[in-house]
Amino acid sequence: MKSLTLGALLTALFVIAAALSFLWTPGDVEAMNIAARLKPPSAEYLLGTDHFGRDILSLIMVGARTSIAVALVAVGIGMGVGVPLGLAAAATRGSLLDETLSRANDLIFAFPSLVIAILITAILGPGAVNAILAIGIFNIPVFARLSRAAALSLWKRDFILAARTCGKSRARISAEHILPNIANLLIVQGTIQFSLGILAEAGLSYVGLGAQPPVPSWGRMLADAQTMVALAPHVAIIPGAAIVLMVLGLNLLGDGLRDHLDPRLQKVRA
Amino acid sequence: MLAYLFRRLMSLILSLAVASLVIFLVVEVAPGDPASYMLGINAQPDTLAALRAELGLDLPPVQRYVAWVTGMLSGDFGTSYTYRTEVAGMIAQRLWVSLPLALYALVLSTLIAFPAGILAAARRGRAADVTVMAGTQLGVAIPNFWFAMLLVLLFAIKLRWMPSGGFPGWDDPAKALISLTLPAVALALPQAAILARILRSSLIDALGEDYIRTARAKGLTRWQALRRHGLRNALIPVLTILGLQFSFLLAGAIIIEQVFYLPGLGRLIFQSISQRDLIVVESVVMLLVFAVIVVNFLTDLAYVAVDPRLRR
Repeated sequence: MKSLTLGALLTALFVIAAALSFLWTPGDVEAMNIAARLKPPSAEYLLGTDHFGRDILSLIMVGARTSIAVALVAVGIGMGVGVPLGLAAAATRGSLLDETLSRANDLIFAFPSLVIAILITAILGPGAVNAILAIGIFNIPVFARLSRAAALSLWKRDFILAARTCGKSRARISAEHILPNIANLLIVQGTIQFSLGILAEAGLSYVGLGAQPPVPSWGRMLADAQTMVALAPHVAIIPGAAIVLMVLGLNLLGDGLRDHLDPRLQKVRA
Repeated sequence: MLAYLFRRLMSLILSLAVASLVIFLVVEVAPGDPASYMLGINAQPDTLAALRAELGLDLPPVQRYVAWVTGMLSGDFGTSYTYRTEVAGMIAQRLWVSLPLALYALVLSTLIAFPAGILAAARRGRAADVTVMAGTQLGVAIPNFWFAMLLVLLFAIKLRWMPSGGFPGWDDPAKALISLTLPAVALALPQAAILARILRSSLIDALGEDYIRTARAKGLTRWQALRRHGLRNALIPVLTILGLQFSFLLAGAIIIEQVFYLPGLGRLIFQSISQRDLIVVESVVMLLVFAVIVVNFLTDLAYVAVDPRLRR
């Protein structure tokens, strides 16, 4: 329960900061103020200023928006495509569809996802939308595999047999009986993929393939900070700390949810 | 065993074929014509056409795909559009940075993860376990390129123990290893966290088995039972993860190379992408995918060698 609370709090902190940034930020994220550049944290600038004299706290808040949006939509793509595919594969176990999907899944798993994400964003052009696509594609097999495996074990259960004897179609059983029963698993996996998405987005925007200026993003703040590490360490430390806290929060939330939703799994945690 | 080997080999070849097709198609839809990129905006149509013919860009896609694949099979990766040198040579040169880096990181990650994972499993629920698990939680949450920047800040800028970047070449192996140390540590730590967690949970599973009780009953101490019977059995899932980690390390190296200005495959990819040197991009990505698929295949084989029950 402890990790659930801590994780929920950390996650909520960033979600609220991101939401708040639509209405208000402590400073202006677009106006430059060269006189106040690279200022360390102080009462005026709680987290200091960057090389353009912009308030880092404000940039972190707006950057959270980018991270959350990219990772969330990428999870949405993974679930939206992966879960129906996984359910269909389980419902038609052993069919050509099932075999093809399993093969395709194995194949996508064999690709080094980051390399392909780099390739996709490089080819399609850098930007938040293409980063979402590149990350989302690799979420599809994760959800397809998970929902197929979970659904397969459910198809053997008596209540599914009962539903079949009532004459319900496989598609309806999948939607009405299987899906609600695997929802918990999907939520937990969704949290984990969300946190991986935040990390991936940070990596892509660090190498310049994520959200483009002037949209603030944590990864690019780090890339900008790299040459100034010696001059003003806070410029490099703070965005990274934000990534770590957000990812940590989501991982703790995922672990906590898993324990909370399925007490049987509590004994051993990987 | 032979039938199993054959089946795995066929699926390996199929994976590689599909992978090459996907990479070719992705690069194919890339906007921008390499020939017009090379000649600039003032290029004459006939020079453009001549260059396109020279590069083989005027051939239909199917023919180009076949030429690319058969070329690679015989070790000919084509000629770089930008530098007019053999792609194979460019890659080989960079490989001597990226591959040692990935291996160095793999060794470091194993050296960190094994003691940590074993300690946590042996002292399950105690302070040591809680500390290790908290450390791994943090380890998986840290982006490795940020960790790399912190390492540079501490060891290169503040303490001045290590170079902050660059690579002196292998003429002086000691110097080369020193300049790869910070990048390798940055790559290894998050991977070590994952590995330690898996080792811990797999060991805990093994320790709950009957054969451990038997071993204890015949007079082995807890530690002896863990070392002789627990660890062996726990190694099987760990082996798989080690294989997967190689792929993460190789891909991670691409980003880490940017932090340390290392002249590896990652730098080559980004440079080629910005210069529309698509043949280099294609070949480097294919090489990385090839490495990952082959390592996964070898891991599968090792897995089966360790555990005969899996030869289905």
